[in-house]
Amino acid sequence: MNDVPTPSPDAPSPAPEPSPGEPPVPAEPIPAVPPPPPAPAPALPIPTPALPVSAPAPAPVIARPAAPAPRPRVKRHHGLVRVTHWANAVLLVGMIGSGLQIYGAFTHFGPRGHRYYPNPLDGKALPLTMRLGGWLAGGLNWHFALAWPFTLAGLAYVLYLAATGEWRALLFRPRDVPRAWQMQLYYLGLRKEHPPQGKHNALQKAAYSFIILLGALSAATGFAIYKPIQLWWLTALFGGYELARYWHFWAVWLFVAFTLVHVALVFLVDPASLRSMITGWYRGRFPSHD
Amino acid sequence: MTDLRLSRRDLFRLGLVAGPASLAAACGWDGGKTLAPTLRGASRLNDWVGEKLLLSDGRLSRQYPRSARTPPAAFPAYSISHPLPTLEDPEGWALEVGGLVANPQSLTLEMIQALPRITYTVKHHCVEGWTAIATWTGAPLSAVIALAAPKPEARYIRFETFDSDYSNGWDLKSAMHPQTILAYAWNDRPLEPAHGAPLRVYSPIKLGYKLTKFLTAMTFTAERPGGYWEDQGYPWLGGV
Repeated sequence: MNDVPTPSPDAPSPAPEPSPGEPPVPAEPIPAVPPPPPAPAPALPIPTPALPVSAPAPAPVIARPAAPAPRPRVKRHHGLVRVTHWANAVLLVGMIGSGLQIYGAFTHFGPRGHRYYPNPLDGKALPLTMRLGGWLAGGLNWHFALAWPFTLAGLAYVLYLAATGEWRALLFRPRDVPRAWQMQLYYLGLRKEHPPQGKHNALQKAAYSFIILLGALSAATGFAIYKPIQLWWLTALFGGYELARYWHFWAVWLFVAFTLVHVALVFLVDPASLRSMITGWYRGRFPSHD
Repeated sequence: MTDLRLSRRDLFRLGLVAGPASLAAACGWDGGKTLAPTLRGASRLNDWVGEKLLLSDGRLSRQYPRSARTPPAAFPAYSISHPLPTLEDPEGWALEVGGLVANPQSLTLEMIQALPRITYTVKHHCVEGWTAIATWTGAPLSAVIALAAPKPEARYIRFETFDSDYSNGWDLKSAMHPQTILAYAWNDRPLEPAHGAPLRVYSPIKLGYKLTKFLTAMTFTAERPGGYWEDQGYPWLGGV
């Protein structure tokens, strides 16, 4: 039984913004059953983000509280971010399914009468369970219908990042390269302490910057093979129709790889972030702002 | 702990969304009775964008050298009828141009070959995703349209064939494009039956299924004509 008889302050809705003067920590619900055992691993101490990462490693001050203090609940994701995130998660499934249906009509890349481009799936149609549309026309109609909301949601998200300055917490920049390396070392168990971070660690920034770029490239290569004569300049930018179609196809597998890693890390590293992407509210171990 | 507990509930919600989506994918679903009309509506919107916003009268397809041609045997050729449709009486063939026109025409192949001649080597885009390059020769469709003098209310052309019940419709803007021709030669030789002899529509600005083979008639209409593949769900405009 998950439900606690008392009204829980964690109920996802309605979730009022805590007023500035108010103590941000709502009382924990009084459990009707004996409290579950404490979390197996205490939360890692996250140094304040103000600490520069390149500073000489400070002596490990393990000021671990005896009992983990209840963490404040903070607003982590704006509604527009959540709506576009889930919209594109569902739309991406449709785009990939219909795209693989379309692929089945000609399972090669490159002009006819020449050696085809390297492709592990050359000559192979994808199984029915991975396709949407039933036949080529069905796949095309799904693909060209979903392409609009997919592109528009992506644009809305990017415009939101640009307008609010939230891109700063997300864009991977040159200074993030050493930080990403440290983060990788940590994930590999070669570094003990979790590197300091803001809303996202450097590897997350790399992943999220990459996926926005990948989305843009998917849309651009898609338009390039949709109208290769009218949008000839776009098609030429990707090396012509056949290559644009090739990149468009590879983007699928990068999306799939990203999604698998993304979902795995949500559950392995920060399950609380799933809730924050749904309700906006976060009570996890990481900062929610840079 | 609270987080985890709620996450499970959230997961359930996520499942509510992902379940139908994956089910839809798993069934090869074309949208069913509910969504298929919506999808076709979106397809009409895309036709409008393609014709009104993206199609440019002056945008010409790139032309290739003859050396870039696809080996003729590697150039696919589709037809509805099998074996290939051929004329019983090639001498008696003529293209009937009618409908909403001032001067209906009955054009023999010789008459069409006497019109201005266009030859180009261009890339063919198939809806399936393949491309192939060939040289095409024919009369500009705009010249035939000028002969027939369509009435102001004419907005579309329906092309008809002797290939089973294959037909399809074109917008006038695409038909008037300078690279849209009635082709009678392929790779510098008279059109073969496989490529639509004696006469077919050709244009590098449309997908292959719009480039109607085995022509018998072109009819000007005010209403948007259907077509063999279009009526089954393929995009109507088929412009590239």
